[in-house]
Amino acid sequence: IGYLLPWRLCLGISITVWFTLLFFCTIVPAVLGVSFGMRRLYMATLLKIFEWATLRMEMGAKEKNQELYKPYSNIIAKEPSSSLLQEFQELRGSASCLSSEPEFELADIFYFCRRGMETIVDDDVTKRFSAQELQNWNLLTRSNNNFRHISLRLTVLWGLGVLIRYGVLLPLRVTLAVTGISLLLVLTFLVAFLPNRDEKVHLMCYRICVRALTAIITYHNRENKPQNGGICVANHTTPIDVIILANDGCYSLVGQVHGGLMGMIQRAMVRSSPHIWFERSEVKDRHLVAKRLGDHVADKTKQPILIFPEGTCINNTSVMMFKKGSFEIGCTVYPVAIKYDPRFGDAFWNSSKFGMVNYLLRMMSSWAIVCSVWYLPPMNREEGEDAVQFANRVKAAIAAQGGLVDLIWDGGLKRAKVKDAFKEEQQKLYSKVLVGEMDQNQSDDKHSQDDNPEDANNRN
Amino acid sequence: MGSRASTLLREEEIEEIKKETGFSHSQITRLYSRFTSLDKGENGTLSREDFQRIPELAINPLGDRIINAFFPEGEDQVNFRGFMRTLAHFRPIEDNEKNKNYSGDFIAFRLYDLDRDDKISRDELLQVLRMMVGVNISDEQLGSIADRTIQEADTNGDNSISFNEFIKVLEKVDVEQKMSIRFLH
Repeated sequence: IGYLLPWRLCLGISITVWFTLLFFCTIVPAVLGVSFGMRRLYMATLLKIFEWATLRMEMGAKEKNQELYKPYSNIIAKEPSSSLLQEFQELRGSASCLSSEPEFELADIFYFCRRGMETIVDDDVTKRFSAQELQNWNLLTRSNNNFRHISLRLTVLWGLGVLIRYGVLLPLRVTLAVTGISLLLVLTFLVAFLPNRDEKVHLMCYRICVRALTAIITYHNRENKPQNGGICVANHTTPIDVIILANDGCYSLVGQVHGGLMGMIQRAMVRSSPHIWFERSEVKDRHLVAKRLGDHVADKTKQPILIFPEGTCINNTSVMMFKKGSFEIGCTVYPVAIKYDPRFGDAFWNSSKFGMVNYLLRMMSSWAIVCSVWYLPPMNREEGEDAVQFANRVKAAIAAQGGLVDLIWDGGLKRAKVKDAFKEEQQKLYSKVLVGEMDQNQSDDKHSQDDNPEDANNRN
Repeated sequence: MGSRASTLLREEEIEEIKKETGFSHSQITRLYSRFTSLDKGENGTLSREDFQRIPELAINPLGDRIINAFFPEGEDQVNFRGFMRTLAHFRPIEDNEKNKNYSGDFIAFRLYDLDRDDKISRDELLQVLRMMVGVNISDEQLGSIADRTIQEADTNGDNSISFNEFIKVLEKVDVEQKMSIRFLH
C-alpha cells in the first residue's frame, strides 16, 4: 500500500490543479464577461497544423501514385439555367410563336432528358442535407474520404488529435456544460426572488455554455441588434444557433413543450424571462400561434422573439425557403446571418443520421465551433408586398451577407416528397411551347409559394 | 459513422470503368462520391426510390422514364458500373475517340421505346407526349400530333419509328450539343 499513496497524492493534486485552472480560465471570465484571447491563438495554431496535414497527404498520395478524392469541386459545368421557354425557343428558332399548328419534334425530349441527367449527377437540394465537404483535412476521420494509411507521421498526428480531443477537450467541455445547465436551473429559481437580475443570469449561463463548446464567435454590426417588439430571424444549422445568439442578447424562444430534462430547462427559463412554449396540440393551430406571437411583440417591454423560418436544420451552405408565418405578424423583422467555419468542426445537425446525444458528443469532441454572426438592418413589410415576397426579400439579404446560396426549395424536402404542383407547372410550360399561348388567365402565375422553383429563380 | 475507406473503389475497378466509358480517373471518383451519397441504404446499389429523392428530378415530367434508363431489363437495383455506363452516353465525344458505342440519341430512343422492341409505336409516342404535357392538351390534339410525327419520320411504312428512322430525323439537330453534359476534369 506504500506505493499507492504517492499515486493517490498525484491524482489528488492533478484534480485540484485542473479544477482551479477550469475555474479561473473559463468560469470566472464567463461570469464577468471577459475574454483572455486564448481561443484565437488556439484557432491560428490549429489552422497551421491542418494545412501541414493536407500537404503531407497530397505528397504522400503522389509518392504512392494514387489520386485523392476531391469532393469539393463541381462535377459538371451547369449553364446559367435558362427557363424552359427560352431553351425551346432556341431549339425551334423564333418563328414558332406565330404558327397555329402545334409543333412537336422528336428531339424535344432531349431537353428533359439532359436536365434530368444533370440533376442526377449534381443537384442543388440533396447536398444541403449532409455535411459540407472540406478542402483541407482537419484531422477528423468523420470529414475525410481519403483516410488511408498514407504516412506514419500523419497517422501519429491524427492519433494525437484523437487523444487530445477525447481525453482532454471532451471531459472539460462536458464538465462545463453540466455546470452551466445546473447553474441555469438553480439561478433561475433564485431569480424569482431577485427581480431585475434576470438578464445577467441569462447571459452568464449562456456564456458558460458557449465555453463548453469552445465556440469562438465574432459578432458584426452589433448596432443592428434586435430590439424589443420585433422578431429576430436567422438561418438554421443546428440547435446550437440558439446558444450562439443568446450569448449576445436576450431573446424569447419559441418552441414545443418537451418532457424530461428539456422540459425542466424550459420551465426554468420561463421563470426568468417570457418564452413561448406551445403544447403539441397547439402547434397545428396557426391562428393560435400567430395570436400568441402577435401579443408578445405588441408588448414593448418583452424581449424580441427568435425564430428560424426554415423550420429545419440545413448544412450552412445555403438558405432554404422561409415559412411565411412569422412574416405575417406585421412587426419589424431583424434578420441575422450565421455562418459557421467548417474547418474546426462541423456544426450541422444531420438529424436523420445522429440523435441529439450523439450530436452533442461530436460537437464537444471537435476542435472548436467557429462562427460569424452578422446583424442586418431591420426590415419591414412594404406596401403591396405579401408575406411570401417579404420572406423572400429577408432570405435574400441573409444569404447575401452570409455568403450562402439562396434557394427557393423547401427545407422540408429533407423528409417529404416534392409537391406535384411543380411537375404540373413544367408540363404547363411545355404545352405552351407546343400549342402556343393559351388563355392568359390560366398561364401567368402569381407570386405564390407554389411557384415553380426553377422559373422563380430565373425571375429573381 | 466509420470512415468511408471501406467503400473506396479499387484501382482495378477504376481502370476498367475508365477503359469502358472513357471517363477520367478524377471524374470516376467524383461520380462515385455522388453515387454513394445517393445510396441511402448503403448497400452499393441504387433503387428507383433513391433517384426519386432528388427533388429536381421528381419535378421533371419525364423523370420516371429517365430513371428507368439506368435499370437493365426487369431489374430493380443498379450498381456503380451500370450507373457509369448510362452516364457515359452523355459524355461529350473527344476528337480522338473511337468509342462510338455511347451516344445520347440511343438513350433518347429508349425513353420513347418503353417495351424495348426497337420501334416507337403510336401508343408509345402518345404516352410520352402525355407525360410531357400533363392535362393541358386534349386527346385529339395529342393524337394528331403523334400521327403527324410518325408520318414525317416513317419511311418504310410500318407505322412506327425504328432507330434508324429516328436517327434520320435527328440529323438536322446537333445531338452532341443538346444532349451532352459538360463533365469537368
